[in-house]
This record gives sequence, C-alpha cells and structure tokens, in this order.
Amino acid sequence: MLKHRVIPCLLLQNGGLVKTIRFQKPVYVGDPINTIRIFNDKEVDELMVLDIDASRDGREPDYELIEQLAGECFMPLCYGGGIRTVEQALKLFSLGVEKVCLQTAALENMQIITDIARHAGSQSVLFSLDVRKGLFGHRKAYSASKRKALSRSWQSILQDAVAAGAGEVVLNGVDRDGTMNGVDEELIREASRSIPVPLVAIGGIGSLEDIRKAVAAGASAVSAGAFFVFYGPHRAVLITYPRYQDLERLLSTK
Amino acid sequence: MKVGVPNLACGNFLSVMKIIQKAGGKAELVQRPSDLNGFDKFIIAGVGAFDRGMASLNEDGWTDVMNELVLERKMPVLGICLGMQLMCQGSEEGSQKGLGWVQGHVRRIPLPSGSQIKIPHMGWNTVKILRPNELIPSDQGEQRFYFVHSYHAVCENISDVLATTHHGSDVTAAFGVGNILGVQFHPEKSHRFGLALMKRFVEMPC
Repeated sequence: MLKHRVIPCLLLQNGGLVKTIRFQKPVYVGDPINTIRIFNDKEVDELMVLDIDASRDGREPDYELIEQLAGECFMPLCYGGGIRTVEQALKLFSLGVEKVCLQTAALENMQIITDIARHAGSQSVLFSLDVRKGLFGHRKAYSASKRKALSRSWQSILQDAVAAGAGEVVLNGVDRDGTMNGVDEELIREASRSIPVPLVAIGGIGSLEDIRKAVAAGASAVSAGAFFVFYGPHRAVLITYPRYQDLERLLSTK
Repeated sequence: MKVGVPNLACGNFLSVMKIIQKAGGKAELVQRPSDLNGFDKFIIAGVGAFDRGMASLNEDGWTDVMNELVLERKMPVLGICLGMQLMCQGSEEGSQKGLGWVQGHVRRIPLPSGSQIKIPHMGWNTVKILRPNELIPSDQGEQRFYFVHSYHAVCENISDVLATTHHGSDVTAAFGVGNILGVQFHPEKSHRFGLALMKRFVEMPC
C-alpha cells in the first residue's frame, strides 16, 4: 500500500536555512547542504525547499544553490520560491528538481500551472496555498509575498489550481506555522475532501501524534519544519526524522 | 560497465547519472543516437506525457538505433517511469505507437468507484515480486520505492511482470523480457533500495 509521506520543509533565506513562527521571526537553523546530507542519511520520504524571500524580492530562484542541493538528494526534491515562468520551471527540472511549488505567480494567473503541467506533467507541479484565520475566525487565503488576505475563498482557489493541472496541493495553516501546537484538522479534512489530487498538509506539527492526526484527517502527505529542526522547549537546533519503523507503526492503522 | 543515458527531450537525467556512478557504473549522457553503440547497456529515463516521449525518440532518430541494439544485439536496457511505458505497444494517454518491445499497453490506473484513493500514485510503496529475477530479488526483505505516475504498463503475458505494487488495484511495478527491463518507480530517488537495484543492473552480465 502507498505510504503516507512525511516531508521535511526547509526555508531558504540568504543562502542559509531558517525557521519562522507564523511566517515571522526567521531563526537561522543551519547550512542547507549539511542539512540535506543529514536528511539523506535518515532516508526521508521527500524534501521540500522553499525560498521565502524570492517572490517578495522579485528574484529568480538561486539556480546554483538549487543544483547543489538537488545533487545531494537521493529522494524527490520539491522547490518553491520566485518561479514566474515555464522556462524557469524547466530549468529547475534540468538541474535535478522533481517538483516545483507555485504560489505567487499562480495566484496571479493559474495558466502557469497548466503550461508547466503540459511540458513536464501534472505530477511535477504543486500549488501551495496559505490559509489563516481572519478577525472573526473565518479561514481566508493569504498571500505571503504580498502579506495580505485574498478576497476569494480558499476553497475556490484550490479548485482552480487543480482544474489548471496542479498534481498536488500544499496547504499551509499559517496560524500554526512553527508553533508545533498541532494541525488544523478541520481545514485538512475539508480541503482533502474537495480535491481529487494528493494534499500535503503543513503547519503545526509538533509530535508523531500530530502527523497521525493530519493523515487521519485526509492528508496524503504531511510536511513539517520546526518539528524536524528543533529539539526541546528551548528550540535548540537538532536535525531529526522519525525512524521508518516508527512511522510505519504510527500510520499503518489510520 | 559503461551505461549510456540518452539525453532525450523529455526529462532530466542528472539524478539517474549520479546513481549509476554511485552504484559503481560509468555513466555518460549520450547526445547522438549513433554514439549509443559504444556502451555496454543503457537506460531510457524520462517523465511527462507518452506522445511527447515517443516524439523525442522518433524525431531525434533514437528509435531505429535502439531497436537494433535491443532487439538484434540484445543489449541490456532499463526503462524508468515513462521510459518503461515507452517500451510497450502504445498508451491510453496518447495516440503514438510505442517502441513495442514488450507486448502490452499502457493504461490509466483503475480505481474502484467511490474510492478515496488519489491519482497520481505518488510516494513510497512496497513491491510484490511475482517471478524470481535478478533486478528485484526476493531475498532482500521488504523493498520500497518512490512512484509518481497515473498510468501503468499492462502486460499481455503475465509472466513478463516481475513485480507489482498495490494502489487501489495491482499496478505493474517492473517487467522484464530477456534483456529488456522496465521499472515504473524511480530507483534514482529511492534511497538504498534504488541504489541496490541500480547496482544489480550495472553489474548484470551483458
């Protein structure tokens, strides 16, 4: 049977890795190459690397760094950040990246998803959506690069992305980002039911139990940042990943 | 062993090259079909749509050279993902004729109606070995590999299927007809399991 994937998510900023809380206060956690080597040894299911400044600064992906990172990965690598054109996506694939993750450019025009999918297949295009709660507790789609809530409902945006050809959707519970306080199960449940493609849930994972809950709520894959790079109440940097047997036991009976 | 990796228009071959090297083989990206003659074996990798894959083989002149090497000279060849599918006679995904080295067609993964199972079949899955073979031996314990696909090869002769995986129903994970081998998963992205498989392919006598 297909395993539920557990995916470390690494955030790039100025060539180093950082971790945020609710998308704020980035803390340096280490060198990307070293970190990827550690995750390689730990046989992680997949890896996601997001450049959190590229779109905001209007920069292209840092191809040189990404090529180095891809060369270290004996597992699938997904990259996101600053991708605005099909050519950029194809260049990333040629450097050894398996999947690209789109947000800012796709929110402006979903056609980019269709165009990349036509060239490289749906399986290589992910659409990522950030959702956070507004003043009255309603969940709203949020644009990280513009730092503002979007007027359209997050549900209809997800539908559009899938219709455009996204092979997978990354759903980020912004209110949980970096908190390790648990996942937004309701959000995952609703989103997963509404789309036919795999859902990657991210935001709030702080324990193996949280991973189990996200999967039980319908996530095909679970991604986490803080949980894999911090250890203990003082958030000391330590790269960890659960043992295969432990994940197997955790996720075998949903 | 010198392993050629044709530089087709339908994919990136960096990670395939890297794992061949890591498995002890000598990998080379092959730019021209005629250069393929100088290798001990070769790999057809690739991602994307079937028709585009066939077009890149046909238009750039690979098909004739590969037919000669594989069917006449019996050079070992491994197809990975789309590369495996191209070895079949055709695909539901497109209208182009396949290489036709393996009797069978590529079909969409069937799902039981009302099932919650998602397509593409994406992620790690274990394989069930149907027939003893050199590529995926059965004495290695549980082996898991990374899959990303919506279509799979349905062989006419069930004895050509080396291994299956399960996603809603049984899905062809690997086939083999003499020197012609194909895997639906990505050994180059499957950690030690993929490395071990690649090592076995590299070391296979030719």
